[in-house]
Amino acid sequence: MSVFPYLVAAWLLGIGLWGVISSRNYLHLIMCLTVLQGSTYVLLLSVGYLSHAKAPIFADITTKSRVTDPIVQALTLTDVVVEATIVAMLLALVIQANKRYGSIDPDEMRRMRD
Amino acid sequence: MSQLAPLAVGIPLLGAALLAAGHKLLGRAGSDLLALGLALASAVLVLILLVHVGSGLSIYWFGGWHPRQGLAVGIDFAVEPIGAALAAFVALLMVVALLYSAKTEGVEAPYYHVLMLTFMTGMIGFCLSGDLFNMFVFFELMSVSAVALIAYKVREQAAIEGGLNFAVINSIGAFLFLLGIGLIYAHTGALNLAQIGRTLSHYRNDRVVVVAFALIASALLIKAAIVPFHFWLDDAYAVALAPVCLLLAGAMSEMGLYGLGRVWYGVFGPVMGTQVHVVRAILVGAGLLTAVWGSAMALQQDHLKRLLAFVTIGYVGIFLTGLGLLTADGVAGTGVYVLADGCGKALLFALVGILQHRFGSVSQQRLHGRARGLRVTAAMFFAGGLLISSLPPFGPFLGKSMIEDAANKVGYGFVPPLIVLSSALAGAAVLRAGARVFLGWGEPSQQDAGGADEQTEPETEGQRDRTPPLMLVSCGILLAGTIGFGVWFGFADLAETAARRFISGSAYQAIVFGRAVGRIHATSASPAWYDWLYCGGATLLAVGFAALGLFGRRWGAGKLLDLGQRAMTPVRLVHTGRIGDYTAALSLGVGILGGLLVVTLR
Repeated sequence: MSVFPYLVAAWLLGIGLWGVISSRNYLHLIMCLTVLQGSTYVLLLSVGYLSHAKAPIFADITTKSRVTDPIVQALTLTDVVVEATIVAMLLALVIQANKRYGSIDPDEMRRMRD
Repeated sequence: MSQLAPLAVGIPLLGAALLAAGHKLLGRAGSDLLALGLALASAVLVLILLVHVGSGLSIYWFGGWHPRQGLAVGIDFAVEPIGAALAAFVALLMVVALLYSAKTEGVEAPYYHVLMLTFMTGMIGFCLSGDLFNMFVFFELMSVSAVALIAYKVREQAAIEGGLNFAVINSIGAFLFLLGIGLIYAHTGALNLAQIGRTLSHYRNDRVVVVAFALIASALLIKAAIVPFHFWLDDAYAVALAPVCLLLAGAMSEMGLYGLGRVWYGVFGPVMGTQVHVVRAILVGAGLLTAVWGSAMALQQDHLKRLLAFVTIGYVGIFLTGLGLLTADGVAGTGVYVLADGCGKALLFALVGILQHRFGSVSQQRLHGRARGLRVTAAMFFAGGLLISSLPPFGPFLGKSMIEDAANKVGYGFVPPLIVLSSALAGAAVLRAGARVFLGWGEPSQQDAGGADEQTEPETEGQRDRTPPLMLVSCGILLAGTIGFGVWFGFADLAETAARRFISGSAYQAIVFGRAVGRIHATSASPAWYDWLYCGGATLLAVGFAALGLFGRRWGAGKLLDLGQRAMTPVRLVHTGRIGDYTAALSLGVGILGGLLVVTLR
């Protein structure tokens, strides 16, 4: 098991956070959030990865075969679904902001309100 | 009897789906009634579970996947008394909130009802879940519903911003939670709390465990809004509808702390035993900082909901202090305090909702003296202010004195004075606002705290002549709750017994793996004389601070007030309203927590 995927996960976490911190545009910010989320996918999948193992579908392979861990894959799938809802909700809010205020720049929106 | 647990979650979820599908048949009144009925059904189910479980633990295995050969691979609901009590509290609070919002304008059937029901489902599921990943899923269900409810008044810019702040920060929290779950799964190959705890007990404490704990704890502290993770809270609570605020302030903030207690005692506590002093110091330190920070910020606010949001932050800080003592007494005190104070904060939000309904504003400056005619509302508001500043011998007093005693027992003698300070400041903020709005005392507040957004949000609904009786009835129920938890003889003993069960990770594991564990019964010492002194003192101080705030300038203490204002300036300036800044603070907090735990690892 290589340490490489964990480094990738840490890297995605880092740049995702930095993107959210430095963003000047809500749409860009939400995309950074999905990058950040990528780190969870990479971490979960690499936790369950085995080299030279098959996918854990026991239709055409014997139950004794060497397979990757299906649990983390199920977790990742759930994670995708859950976060898709959040991102959809966020994008809906951004559309509302754009419709009503013609801006999706957080700083500009605040200036308008002040 | 444990079969009832999934029903308590399934019934409102299914009901919400049916409501969404069939709202045309039901109309507004039907939606109100159905939602109310579903919430009530959940409440009854959870209450039956609570009575049945007593001081024990009741496990429900989904699909009958019981542990085999000492290995738990199934997913379970683990109902223990504190979780069941919290779930029951959530459901009852939801009943009150739906009663409060019944027949009011400004909410639309069925969207509002569906969201409220899924919100409640998420919270109840979170309380009952015995599986780390299911905790995450319910945590997210709760967050998604909360985002939609917070940004409900989507025509207002502040509502959009509040919703975005909440959603982004809490999503980052969710990712941290999941990263922590991934690490702990990699380490133990398990997701069931009891199974993880049992596997970890064969290991030594190491960096993976500590980092996983730091990540999961950060996620839960973000939900609880502990400094420096708290910035999203006031932006969100300030814009949410009043009935939603009832649940947000009364229950959602506390969910994070409940989760923290559950993962600490069930999973990490035993293996991280060598670091227990460090964890205690960090949690109590963060709790006290939050307690004082939130309450001090509450005094700076003109916007009533924002004021109460900061009061909420302050009180969550006290809860974390109690929980963070990591003793049974601390947990028991926190439990009592959460229920009593949750009612108190919900009451205040509900009363502010009445002001908003009547006068279309929640600004102290605009409402100055205008609410003179609302006698009942005023009386309840002042009662609420006195109660949350821990007026003996009612609910918040009982909880707080238990926490203070627990702190003295572990040698943290500096905790009680700081808690007194925090509740005095929070009480003062509420009482001063009440005196301005309901009595017209003092000059109209001039402060321009935290930017101009404090004067925004003119409610479109305009002015009305009467308060709907259902709103007042709901407030009455909440007031009765705040008072009742303190004068209910034997409540403290029940809490103490439940807390003993809660902190025993080994007994939890034993029961999950099918072994019987003896019943326990504990009694709680009644509040000592100095508790009466402390808490009575806090109430008196609150009244004093409020008076100083109202008449200080007339009494020639203007310099003192200006000094206080100036001292708070940097704290106010940190609350910028920018997601980027909040995320930076959050990252710093995670870094500090993880760093401290890794550095002190032996």
